[in-house]
Amino acid sequence: MRMNTWAAIGALALAAAAISGLSAPAQAQDTLKIGWAISKTGPFAAGAAVTTLPNYQVWVKDVNDAGGIKVGDKKMKIEVVEYDDRSNSEEMIKAVERLATQDKVDFILPPWSTGMNLAAAPIFNKLGYPQLAVTANTNMAPQLTKRWPNLTFWLGLPSEITDGIVATFSKMQKEGKINKKIAMIAVADQFGIELSTATRAGLKKAGFDIVYDKSYPFGTQDMQPVLKDAQAANPDVLLAFSYPPDTFAITDTAKVIAFNPKVLFVGVGTAFPMYKGKFGANAEGIMGIGGSDASLPGVKAYIQHHKEIIGREPDRWASPITYASLQVLQQAIERVGKIDRAAVIKEINTGSFETIIGTVKLVDGQNRNIWSVGQWQGSDYVGIAPVDKKGAKAPIAKPAWK
Amino acid sequence: MTLALDIVLSGLVLGGMYALFALGLTLQYGIARIMNLSYGEFLIAAAFGALFLYTGMAVNPIVGMLAVVPAAFGLNWLLYQIVLMPLVKRAKSQGMLEVDSILGTFGILFVIQGVMLVVFGGSLQSYSYLSIPIHILGTTLALNRILALAFALIIAGVLYLFLTRTRYGIAMRAIAVNPVAAQLSGINIRAASALAFAAGGAIVGAGGVLTSMFLTFSAASGVVFTMKALIVVIMGGVGNMMGALVAGLLLGIAETAVARLVDPGLTIAVTYALFLGALLWRPTGLFGRPAR
Repeated sequence: MRMNTWAAIGALALAAAAISGLSAPAQAQDTLKIGWAISKTGPFAAGAAVTTLPNYQVWVKDVNDAGGIKVGDKKMKIEVVEYDDRSNSEEMIKAVERLATQDKVDFILPPWSTGMNLAAAPIFNKLGYPQLAVTANTNMAPQLTKRWPNLTFWLGLPSEITDGIVATFSKMQKEGKINKKIAMIAVADQFGIELSTATRAGLKKAGFDIVYDKSYPFGTQDMQPVLKDAQAANPDVLLAFSYPPDTFAITDTAKVIAFNPKVLFVGVGTAFPMYKGKFGANAEGIMGIGGSDASLPGVKAYIQHHKEIIGREPDRWASPITYASLQVLQQAIERVGKIDRAAVIKEINTGSFETIIGTVKLVDGQNRNIWSVGQWQGSDYVGIAPVDKKGAKAPIAKPAWK
Repeated sequence: MTLALDIVLSGLVLGGMYALFALGLTLQYGIARIMNLSYGEFLIAAAFGALFLYTGMAVNPIVGMLAVVPAAFGLNWLLYQIVLMPLVKRAKSQGMLEVDSILGTFGILFVIQGVMLVVFGGSLQSYSYLSIPIHILGTTLALNRILALAFALIIAGVLYLFLTRTRYGIAMRAIAVNPVAAQLSGINIRAASALAFAAGGAIVGAGGVLTSMFLTFSAASGVVFTMKALIVVIMGGVGNMMGALVAGLLLGIAETAVARLVDPGLTIAVTYALFLGALLWRPTGLFGRPAR
C-alpha cells in the first residue's frame, strides 16, 4: 500500500517535471528592457524636462509604434524602467546599479548634465553598458573616451564653443559689421567660468578689447545693474555665458533699458522654444550655444513630431542630438542582431549611422556633427559656427528692439 | 549724481520685490506664530496660476489677481484649520509651536511641490507682461517691477493701518505679544491666528502673480524665495510690517549699489553681511518686536 502510494507520488512528480521541462521555453525574451535614472525633481528637473526626458519618451513611442527593435529575427518592443534620481548623484548611481543588477535591463540611457554623466561614467563602465552621454559638455572628453570606450560624447567640446564664438566675431568684425569692443558677463558657475576664461584668451588673441568683464552669482534676479554698466562701456557685442533664468532676464532687461548691441549672445536657453515664444520678433538675431540645420528634412519633421507628442517644440541644441543618439543605439542593436552590449558598444564607436541630423560617425568616441554657435533667423535657430561647416548660415547683426 | 539716483531707484524697485515676498511671511510668523517653510511654494503656485490664466485664457495678471488672491486666502485658511490647528492645540508653548510648525510645513512643502511637478512638469516657465520701459528722473525702469514695488508699499501701508488703527488689528498684535493674556482679555486667538495666516497667504499670492510677470520660475524654485523672505523677515524684526518693508528696500538698494560700484559677484555676500550685521547690532531685528 505504502509502496503504491510512494510510487504514485514519485510517478506524478516525474511526470510534472517532464511536462514542465518540455513546456518551459528557453528563457526567450519578448521585450527589450531599457532603463534610465533621470532628474524628475530637484534643481536639475528643469533641464532634464526640456532636453532629455521628452526625447526618451518620444523615441520609445516611435520604436514601439513601429513594432519594436529588430533583434535577430524578432521584433522586440521596449519595456521601460524609470527612476527619479532627484538631482542627486548618489541617488542616480544607486538607481543605475539597481537597473543593472535587480531590474536586469538590457540598456541604460544616461542622466542629464555634465556632472551627472561624469559621476555615472565609472559605474556604466564597470557594468559594461554603453553610455551615450549627450548632455555632457567637457574638455576632458578625449581622455575619457580613451579610458572608457563605452562612453561617448555628442555635443562637442567647450573649447569648440569658444572657437566658434571667436571665429564668428572675427568674421563679422572683418566684414565691418561690428567694432572691436566686447562686453562679457558670465554666471559664476563651472560652465560660465570655464567658458569665459577660455573665450577671454581667444578674444584677446584675435585683437578684441573686452571693455566690461564681470561674473554674477547664479540666481541673480535683477540683471539691470550689470547691464547698465555694460551699456555705459558702449560695446558692439554683449557676450553672456548665462543659464536659462538669467538668459531670459538679460534679454528682457536689455530690451527695457534700450541696450542695443549689434550682437547679443546669451548662453543656455537661447535654443529653447520658450525663448522664441516669450520674445517673439525680438529674438531675431540673438545668438546662443548650439544650433541646428533647419534645412534638413529630418530635423523639420522631428520638431513637428515632438510638438505633436509632447505638446511643445524641442530645444534646438541638445534635443535633436539626443534623439539622433537613440537612433544610433537602435541601429547598432539591430546591426549586432542580439543583446550583446560589448558588440553594441563597438558598433556605436565604429559604425556610420543615418539620423535626423544627418550622417553620424563617431571619431574617438565623439560626435563631430555639431554646431557650436546658433542664431535665431526668422523662425529657425540656425547654426552659424563652425563657420566652415556645411549648412552654416552667415551671421546677421541684431536689429533694434521692437 | 545721476548714478546715485539710478542706483537708489533700481534698488528700491528690487527691494520692493523682496519686501513683497516678506510681508506675508511676517504676518504668518509674527502673529500666527507659524514658521511656514512652504511659503515659497505658495508663491510659485500663485505664479503658475497667473501663467495659466495669462497663456491659457488670455486673462492679464492684474485681473488674474482677483482670482488668485482669494484662492490663496482660502487655501491657506483651510491649511491652517486642517493641518496646523492640531499643532496649535497641543503646543504647550510658543517655542514648541514654532518647532512643530517648521516640521509640519516642511512636509507640506514637498506635498505642494510634488503636486506642481505632476501638474506642470519640472521645466522652467516664463512669460512677459508689462515689460515696458518707464523713464523716471533720468533712469529707465521696467513697469512690471515698478508695479511690484507699488503693491509692496500699498500692502504694507494698508496692513500697518489695519494693525494699528483698527480694533481687530490691535487684537492681533496682542496675540503676538502675549497669547495667554490676549485670551484672558477675551480675544479669540484661534480665529485671529487663522485669519492672520490666511492673510499672509493672500499677500504671497499677490506677490507670486506680480513677480511672475518678469521672473523665470519652475516648480522647484520655491525654496529660494522662502529663504529670501526669511532673511528679510528676521532682519526687519519678526511680525513687524514696517520692518519687513524697510529691510527689503534696504537689501535691494545695497545689492544694486554693490553690483554697480564694486562687483556683481558680491551681491550675495553683501546680502548676508548686512543680515549678520543687523542681527549683531540688534538681535531682534532692525525694528524689533512686538508687531507694529
